[in-house]
Parts: sequence; structure tokens; C-alpha cells
Amino acid sequence: MATAPKNRPARAKRVRTRITDPDLPLGLTPAQCRHMYRQMVLIRRFEEHAAEAYAQAKVGGFLHLYIGEEAVAVGALNAGRDDDHLLGHYRDHGYALARGCDPKACMAELFGREDGLCHGRGGSMHLAEASRNFWGGYAIVGSHIPIGAGMAYAMQYQQRDQIVLDFFGDGATGNGIFHEGLNMAALWNLPIIFICENNLYGMGATLAEESPVSEMKIKAEGYTMPAVQCDGMDVLAVYETIQRAAEHCRSGKGPFFVEALTYRFRGHSMADPELYRDKAEVQRWRTQDPIPRFGDFCVEHRVCSPKELAQINEEVEQQMLEAVAFADQSPWPDPSEVDRWIYAKPIDPEVNALLEQDGASALLAPEPEVKEAGV
Amino acid sequence: MAVVSYRDAVRGALRDEMLRDQRVILMGESITGYGGSYAVTKGLIDEFGPKRVMETPIAEAGIVGFAVGAAMGGLLPVAELMTVNFALLALDQIVNSAAKFHYMFGGQWSVPLVVRTVSGFGQLGPTHSQTFEGWFASVPGLKVVMPATPADARGLLLASIRDPDPVIFIEHSLLYSTKGEVAAGNGEATEEIPIGSAKVVRPGSDVTLVGYSRMLLQALRAAEVLERDDGVSCEVIDLRTLRPVDYPTLVDSVRRTHQLVLCGEDWRTGGFGSDLLSEMQDRCFDDLDGPIQRVAMRDIPMAYSRLLEKALIPTSDQIVEAVRRLN
Ligand SMILES: Cc1ncc(C[n+]2csc(CCOP(=O)(O)OP(=O)(O)O)c2C)c(N)n1
Ligand SMILES: [Mg+2]
Repeated sequence: MATAPKNRPARAKRVRTRITDPDLPLGLTPAQCRHMYRQMVLIRRFEEHAAEAYAQAKVGGFLHLYIGEEAVAVGALNAGRDDDHLLGHYRDHGYALARGCDPKACMAELFGREDGLCHGRGGSMHLAEASRNFWGGYAIVGSHIPIGAGMAYAMQYQQRDQIVLDFFGDGATGNGIFHEGLNMAALWNLPIIFICENNLYGMGATLAEESPVSEMKIKAEGYTMPAVQCDGMDVLAVYETIQRAAEHCRSGKGPFFVEALTYRFRGHSMADPELYRDKAEVQRWRTQDPIPRFGDFCVEHRVCSPKELAQINEEVEQQMLEAVAFADQSPWPDPSEVDRWIYAKPIDPEVNALLEQDGASALLAPEPEVKEAGV
Repeated sequence: MAVVSYRDAVRGALRDEMLRDQRVILMGESITGYGGSYAVTKGLIDEFGPKRVMETPIAEAGIVGFAVGAAMGGLLPVAELMTVNFALLALDQIVNSAAKFHYMFGGQWSVPLVVRTVSGFGQLGPTHSQTFEGWFASVPGLKVVMPATPADARGLLLASIRDPDPVIFIEHSLLYSTKGEVAAGNGEATEEIPIGSAKVVRPGSDVTLVGYSRMLLQALRAAEVLERDDGVSCEVIDLRTLRPVDYPTLVDSVRRTHQLVLCGEDWRTGGFGSDLLSEMQDRCFDDLDGPIQRVAMRDIPMAYSRLLEKALIPTSDQIVEAVRRLN
């Protein structure tokens, strides 16, 4: 632990929440465990309400639920620093909520309202909050992989010690852009953790149909970066793995690849009839549900009682009812503002037309020979 | 003022901006030791080193995606795509990433990125002789610049690097050796030429010729011929920026000349000229004395063989003919 600067005021009033528990692994405190449990429940309830709102046509377009995969975002983001840069794919509610974005603003974005994180311009697949270094959900599969690498380069170049956490699916590894991004990250030794959520499907394609290897880490190993698998249904396993990866990246050792083995309990999106997998498989995975699993851990390790877990669930449920009510009441974006934010510096040709005009003599050089080409 | 080549004007602008602002970095294929396939970045690696002049893998989508991320992380990347033909591999990152983020994320950040690329031909065959400015220009969120002269190449590149939005900066391989007067580089803001401003490069009264990039030179040549042989006075306008188009300058000219010829090098069907034509007709129908004429590439893939290629490339003669059709 870093020592506090000398001129800091005495911390007399600060309540110490850290109750050291030799029973807890990874140096975790009970408060941290409760926080992670709460975050997973928050994501779960948020999405259940989002699904309900979708059925009521309050949410439009595509809605991809993260239900079943909550441990990945929560474990990873709690292991990294709050100011680390975060990019994820379109199944992005979990990243937003685990990064601390206001569920009200997230729900309002899904509802297409002005109070949404992106003022109703992005929708469910494009949540972002730059002030939290959450740079968004990206809905073009794999596109944010080189973008994350570029951000990592910017950190390295400016000698800032933030790293990048870049989440994507197993399906993305079949896209060329995945390979371009990993190649550059390895080539330039960039501080980025690639977090592949292997949920066994890329939309309706099974892993066997979309990839010659079932372990995504094999693809990363070719780029010479450390690549490991972890149990993506176990928040602590993810936490531990990302902690290790973050330490590696932050100490200048280059990129790290983590394959979280996970499973989505719901369809790819709300429109998915799930014809490509059988219910028994889903049932089997549901026995690994990361929320009760971690709940049991918390009880066993005396982090909280079953009653306290129930209370967390109730509190979150209440919070979600408020989020939905907030989104319902948030104003619609003003159609007269539909052309806002196309450019950071809009251009006014009327002003530019005042530009001075000079002669054309310099342009009358002889026509160049058609021969110059070096490619 | 100094007389320099278009190539040196581009290099000079890059160099001066890099000296002025530590955040400016270059990236691209074979831009270091090789100096760039058109030798534009030659020598910059020696002056600025590999952190600022980055040799990249052959990965166009990756390069642009990476540059978008670097821009989001606080840098001012200038990504070189060897030619516009290869930029097709990066279309997704240009259109779905660079052009979208400011809007899609509700104005939370912008992407101050310049993608430099090159149009042109010269017996390079069907895959290496294309020009796609109309495609880029159709995308809201992008700014598209195509300079014809060394002075504009410099001034517009400075403006592009300083612009907070993504700019597609398209050079022309056949212009690199052309020369012109350019302000001696000292990185002054006043040297910037604003994006979105066309320029009347030759005043005239009978017909307006609009060109950009290499076709500006063809239009000027045609104007000379028409003046000499037909006594027709052409006003020649260099569009310089294709998005946004400086319509006020165009409209003002057509109000005086009442005739308009649009000169481009991309395909006739769906080319940038189609769009200009439709917009100018909307804005100037009552001012026009005849149908707007277009000079464009024929809808044929560019052939390799010299004579076949020649049969396809738009020329100043075609512009002369277009004007004669009107009169
Ligand atoms: C470039 C691109 N191609 C296709 C799609 C349509 N699409 C959306 S999600 C998806 C499957 C992605 O699977 P995976 O990467 O495993 O992520 P998961 O949905 O399983 O989390 C597809 C094909 C897209 N959004 N982008
Ligand atoms: Mg998947």
C-alpha cells in the first residue's frame, strides 16, 4: 500500500470498512465481495427489466442480454483500475453497469430518451461514458480490437499508466480485424488485456462451426502474448486472472489474452428463437449461474448472511424500478436537434467563401506524364 | 514563399505539424525506411524516430482502427493508406468508427484523425487505378479533402491535422511532382486553408468549370483552349473540399455564367459528380441556360494497356467538348 502524503489531513472521521478476513482469497475485503455480488445482481435485474420493456416496445432495435455472463465484466472491472480504459462489444450493459454508469441513464438510453448516456443517439448496443473511460459498446464485430490497441499505444506514448480492457466474443476471433489488432498489440508491446468471452456461440453459429479450434487462446498464442483461460462463471476466477493480466500490462510487459469460458442463458438477442441449441444444455449451464454461486461463497465465507443477500436483491430491484420510471419519464430527444454532433467543428461554407482568391498561373504547369506510380 | 513540389508540400506540412505538436504521429505501410510508396514521408523517420513515424503491418482496417483509438487516447494520428484502392479494406473503420463516434456517443468525444491516401493511375490495371472520393463524401461525419496544388496540399493538410473531426485527405499520384508556390513553413495557423472552401482559380464570365485534384489542371487547360480558339471565357473553380462542398461559391459563379461543367475522375455512375449535379440543379435551375455537363470516367474498369488506359481517362479535350456542346 502506498503511504499517504504527509500534508494530508487526518482521517479521523473516515470509517474503516476493511474487515480483514483471513478466509477471503486474493486480498479481497468483505465490502469488495458485497460490491461484486451487488453489481452482478444489478446487471441481471437491469436486463430483466430491459427485456420486459422490450416486450412492451419501449426498447427498440436489437437488445442483447448478458444474463449468465455477469461474472466476466464484474470480475474483470473490479480487478482493473477505475481509470483503465474500457471497450466492449454490443452486449454492453454489463460493462456499463460494472464500470459504475448510472442505471437510470443506461435505461434511458435503451428507451431512446434525452437523458440516456448518449442522448438517444446510440441505443443499447452503443452505451458509453467517456468521463469514466468507458469508451463504448461496439456493434461491428471486432472493430474495437484495434481501437483498443490504439488507445493502449496512446497511453504508452504519453507514459500514462492506464491500461486497456477490451472485451469481445468468440465469434470476433474469426474476423480479420481481431488478428490485425492482436498482431499490432504484440508487435508494439502495448498495455492491453484482450478479454474474449467464449460463450460457445457467435449468434447462431456453434463454436465448432465458426472456429477450427475450440480454445480461443490458441489464436492469441501465435502472437506471442500470454494467453490463459479462466472460469467465466466464477467472478473470483475472473478477478484473479485479470489482476494478473493487469499487473503484466502495467509493468510494461505487453498485451495479455484472457479467455473467459462463459455462457449466455438467453438468446443472442431478443429476436432469437434459439433453434441451434437444446434446452438441456442451457439447463446444465444454469447450474453454474455466477450469482448464486458467488452468493454461496459469500455466505460460506461470512461476508454476508443469506438475509443480507436477499436484502441486496431487494434494494437492486427497487433501484431498477426507479430506473425504468426515470427512463419512462425522460423527455424524448428534440427532433430539431437530430443534426447535432455530426461534427465537433461544423463547417460553414458561407464563412469560408470569404476566402481570398488569387491568380491561377502557378497551376498551369505542363501536364504530368502518366508514369508516376510506385506501388 | 518558395516553389516546391506537391510531394514536398505534403511532407513539409507533416513535418511542421510534428515539430509544432508532440501529439502528431504518422503511421502507415513502408513509410519509414522506404519513405512511403510515393516518397512523401521520406526522411521523417530519421528526424522523429519510430514512436512518431510508425511502420505498420499491412493491415488497412487495423491501421485506421488503431489510429482511431490513438486519437481517442489523446494523440493526433495521420494514417497513410498507400492508395485509395487499399482504403477499401479500411472502409469499415472509416465509416463505422471514425465517422460515427462523435454522433453515436452523443458528442462525448470526437476523433481527430487524418487518413492520407492517394488516387491516380499509370498503367496499374483495374485494381490499382481507382478513385472513390464520392463514397467517402457521402458519409456524414467525415470531411473529405482533395487538393490540386502544393499550396492547397500544405494549407489543407495543416487544417486537417488541426481539425477535431476525421478527415479523408486524398492526394493524387500524378500531382506529386507538380510544383507551385507555397508559404515557407513555419507552422503558423494563418497558413491553414479552411476545410470547406472552394476557390475561384480563374475568373471568367461565360461558363463555370468545377474541378478538383488532377481534374482542376485539366479544367484550366480546357479554359485556355476555349479562350484561345472559341473566345469563351471560363471561370474555373477548384472544389478542394468534397465534404462539405462550398456551394455558395459554386452558386455565385453559376448566377453569373449560367453554364456549368463538372469535371471528375471517378466513374460516371454514382460518382461524386452525380451528386454535385443534382444539388446544383436544385440550387440553380432557374439560373442555368443549359443542362449541366459532366466529364467523368467511363463505367469501365481501368485497363492496363497504354492505349486502353488512355481511352478511359478524362481529359481536357473532353472538357472542351462539353463546353462546346453547351454553346
Ligand atoms: C462485422 C459484423 N458482422 C456481423 C454482425 C452481426 N452479428 C452481431 S453479433 C454476431 C455474433 C457475434 O458473436 P460473438 O463474437 O461470439 O459475441 P456474442 O454475441 O456471443 O457475445 C454477429 C454475427 C456484426 N454486428 N458485425
Ligand atoms: Mg459468442
